[in-house]
Amino acid sequence: MKKILIIVPAYNESDNIRGVILKLHEENENWDVLVINDSSTDNTSAIARQTSLAEVIDLPFNLGIGGCVQTGFRYARAKGYDYALQFDGDGQHSASEIHKLLEIIMNNEADVAIGSRFRQKNEGFRSSSSRRMGIRIFEWFSFILIQQRITDHTSGFRAYNSQAVQFLADHYPSDYPEPEVVILLGRNGFKIKEIFTQMHERKGGVSSIPLTKGPYYMIKVLLSMFMSAIRSKVHYHE
Amino acid sequence: MNKELGSIGSSIQTTQYIAIAVSIGLFLYIFHLVRKKKIKEEYSLLWLFSSIVFIVFSVWRHGLEYFAKLVGIAYPPAALFLILMLAIFLILIEFSINISKLSEKNKILAQELALLRNKVEALEAGKPADNPVRRDDLENIEPVSGPVK
Repeated sequence: MKKILIIVPAYNESDNIRGVILKLHEENENWDVLVINDSSTDNTSAIARQTSLAEVIDLPFNLGIGGCVQTGFRYARAKGYDYALQFDGDGQHSASEIHKLLEIIMNNEADVAIGSRFRQKNEGFRSSSSRRMGIRIFEWFSFILIQQRITDHTSGFRAYNSQAVQFLADHYPSDYPEPEVVILLGRNGFKIKEIFTQMHERKGGVSSIPLTKGPYYMIKVLLSMFMSAIRSKVHYHE
Repeated sequence: MNKELGSIGSSIQTTQYIAIAVSIGLFLYIFHLVRKKKIKEEYSLLWLFSSIVFIVFSVWRHGLEYFAKLVGIAYPPAALFLILMLAIFLILIEFSINISKLSEKNKILAQELALLRNKVEALEAGKPADNPVRRDDLENIEPVSGPVK
């Protein structure tokens, strides 16, 4: 049986974390759930531990979503997991859609599967027009850089095979890394595939990857994407 | 007319004295900090080097004038400020490099610490009970011949 790890980055998600863990366990009790508590100021960690359905790792100080998720990859690599999923701790994603992503990487259709809000008309999530424009720019930019069409760069709903996990355990970018990861993976020969997934409005807490951060965020991310693309390939050992 | 030129000349001289005093003071201060181990040698190199360049140019007026003419600056002491600013730029870039390195190392440390803590928790929570020492394990232990250190 393949070992599957669900990495749940969580920062101040005391309202949502219990529900997320229970849903994941309900969906498939063979999945291992790993909550990475990014030094929350509330009792996210305690609530997650109470369920005793998840492994909980507490970071000593706040690393941001990038360093948080990377901790999960390091864990997955050390424990020899075959597949790792990133699943946000805020209840935006549906546990029932995980199998969609898993199928893609288990059938070797791609190394990385991304759950996209924009792969088809969606009822679950509405974006403001400025947000939509930002998303368009990302799509266009990454097509130029790696010739793969990715519609949802900021999606935190992703599945990775073990090669991608090995790679990202050492090379995951920091800050707001989702768009950058797409370029980094593409540049290093990983195949990415998107599939439509629902996205629910947040139930509580504060989002950690807001496109609404505005022009500064946009320029910073575009710069990181560009830099990732022009850097030479990373040499790594599988 | 002459008087005016004279006052400009003396103000240039004042600038030079100040420049010499400040640059020597700066050099001594950095030297002192390195000696007291407040700055590591590797980080002091750029500081020491630039303060020496600063001293050289503030003492050696002709060199400064030559340099100023070369880059088309009419007022030589302004060239001195240009050199100083370039030096500060270099040093600040060096700082950014070091900060980036440190924050990357810091991140890895935090992650490894968190992973280790998780491992320790698992061990303390009675994981050994899952793998108790079996009797046949004990039987296979080789008798110790020499003194146990």
